[in-house]
Amino acid sequence: MLYREALNRAIDESMAADKSVVILGEDVGRYGGSYRVSEGLFAKYGPKRVIDTPIAELSIVGNAIGMAIAGLRPIAEIMTVNFSLLAMDQIVNHAAKFRYMSGGKMTIPLTIRMPGGVSRQLAAQHSENYETMYSAVPGLIVLAASNATYAYHALKAAIFLNDPVVFLEHELLYPIDMEFKQIENFDPFKAEVVKEGEDLTILTYLKMRYDVLQAVPQIEKELGISVEVIDLNSLRPLDMKTISDSIKKTKRVALVEEDHKTGGYGAEVIARISEQLFYELDAPPLRIAGEDVPIPYNRKLELASIPTPDKIVSQILQWSRANGV
Amino acid sequence: MNSARVKTFYYLMKLGREFELAAKEQYMQGNIAGFLHLDIGQEACSVGTMQAFDKGDVFTHYREHVLAIARGMDPKLIMAELFGKVTGVSKGKGGSMHLFEPKLDFYGGDAIVAGHLPIATGCAYARKIEGEMAGVFAIFGDGATNAGAFFESLNIAAAWKLPIIFFCENNYYAIGTRIGWVSPFEELYHKARHYMPSKRINGMDVCEVYEAVIKAKEHIEEGLGPYFIEAETYRYEGHSMSDNGKYRSEEEMEIFKSRDPIENLKKEALKLGIVEPEYFEETDKKVAKEIQEAIEFAANSPEPDLSELYEDVYCKECTNVIP
Repeated sequence: MLYREALNRAIDESMAADKSVVILGEDVGRYGGSYRVSEGLFAKYGPKRVIDTPIAELSIVGNAIGMAIAGLRPIAEIMTVNFSLLAMDQIVNHAAKFRYMSGGKMTIPLTIRMPGGVSRQLAAQHSENYETMYSAVPGLIVLAASNATYAYHALKAAIFLNDPVVFLEHELLYPIDMEFKQIENFDPFKAEVVKEGEDLTILTYLKMRYDVLQAVPQIEKELGISVEVIDLNSLRPLDMKTISDSIKKTKRVALVEEDHKTGGYGAEVIARISEQLFYELDAPPLRIAGEDVPIPYNRKLELASIPTPDKIVSQILQWSRANGV
Repeated sequence: MNSARVKTFYYLMKLGREFELAAKEQYMQGNIAGFLHLDIGQEACSVGTMQAFDKGDVFTHYREHVLAIARGMDPKLIMAELFGKVTGVSKGKGGSMHLFEPKLDFYGGDAIVAGHLPIATGCAYARKIEGEMAGVFAIFGDGATNAGAFFESLNIAAAWKLPIIFFCENNYYAIGTRIGWVSPFEELYHKARHYMPSKRINGMDVCEVYEAVIKAKEHIEEGLGPYFIEAETYRYEGHSMSDNGKYRSEEEMEIFKSRDPIENLKKEALKLGIVEPEYFEETDKKVAKEIQEAIEFAANSPEPDLSELYEDVYCKECTNVIP
């Protein structure tokens, strides 16, 4: 199943099951969605529930919060994660805080879908990872869907949760055909052990999962070790149990993210590991992340700005030599 | 002028004014902290609007104590909130600026200027598709009419013919910035004229406010789309307790004080002979007692337990998994 089809199916089934589910955003209706995620839904559910909005992100999320207060379960689509900054006030100051500052009286069942990440030569204003910002906000849930199975189940769960969810998707994944499994009692907050191993844990999420998996055979071969790969899935809350169980076994950890290294999401994860699992570690934790530059247009420079399978291999080999792993 | 209605207006405005004066005193005694924005002088807007808009959803900004009282919120629960007590309407977690009561359809207390307008607009959308034409009432100040969120909301409400009343309290000052310095005109109803019917009224006259909102309500209920009212009003106090308001002239203040909504309503009612003089004395006594009770309730209520710190960040099912 295509990644975007999994998302479409999650929305479609949710809308069929519950009349209070609506979607809104730029081009989500008649046009079918910039990445075709909402394709077919306008014809099926009509303009009242599949809402074409003006290019006004503040209002897309603000309106969605109002709909949620009125009893709907809105799914707001932000065309690309960069544009979510225009809605940041609504997401952070309103959606995330209403429950708390009303003493628990307000409930905002809202899902905000955000395609993002570094795609292909879209340049700095359309290539970005903001998970670190949203994950830092109490009151928000942040899920990152790297694959069709998780995307389908987690999006469905998000729609029916009674809290605001920032749902991150990666733009390069939409047209990819992926294995899909239907799962009973799915837990969207659980990290996935993608590949088991004994000597090194690599934590990752979103599209970097695939870069890591591509790099792993060579790392294993060169170092003569076996690598465990964990897809974090849920960034807030973070599944420290799965991380901790793995590190206690492997004693070594690396984290691969597409985000800029400074203040990137990995910084938080590694800080927690350092606090909680310091004496379990046989080597310093390693962060492999994007460069601290706006994402350039030129393909060569663009690739130089983010981790690639080759870079993941070389940085892990270098780390291994430096630390006698 | 209808006698019963005048009585209600007087009682609620007086209750609101005395509540604010008491809050000011309690702030100075150190029982209330943070930002405290008083509604003194603007009671006609708070009371006239809520008496007219008696169904539907209300979204408001942070100068909202009197609006909440006029909506039916118990002054005790508001005062306790101001004191930061667990018995407060928001359990002491919101304070003066964040009074929420879904039971009253009162989603009030937003402290981001114009931030509540897109939310009110979205709520109006939901009500429209549900066929709930009682619609939405959104109240804001002159300062909000310069924000992007304001214009986005006018545009969307008009494009989709949403049942929403935009009510602007124009008291001419956004903290210390005179509206005319930052807006091309001071009569703010011009800003909405191309989108929807838009009227400017005397916001110091509770009857005029009431009538205007009744008219607006009929308009939205008929499915004719949004409606805009600009009410000219004045706050006698500074923007908040940390502002002495001295940027305004004594002269200007006196002009507006001569238009005081409470005193003038009383004078007019007595002149017309539609309310007996004793009513005002009795009401003043009743109000004083209610305010005293509110202060005592707040003072005697417990503070939130420390265990409350992590309560209400997420819903129950999410709290279970979120550390």
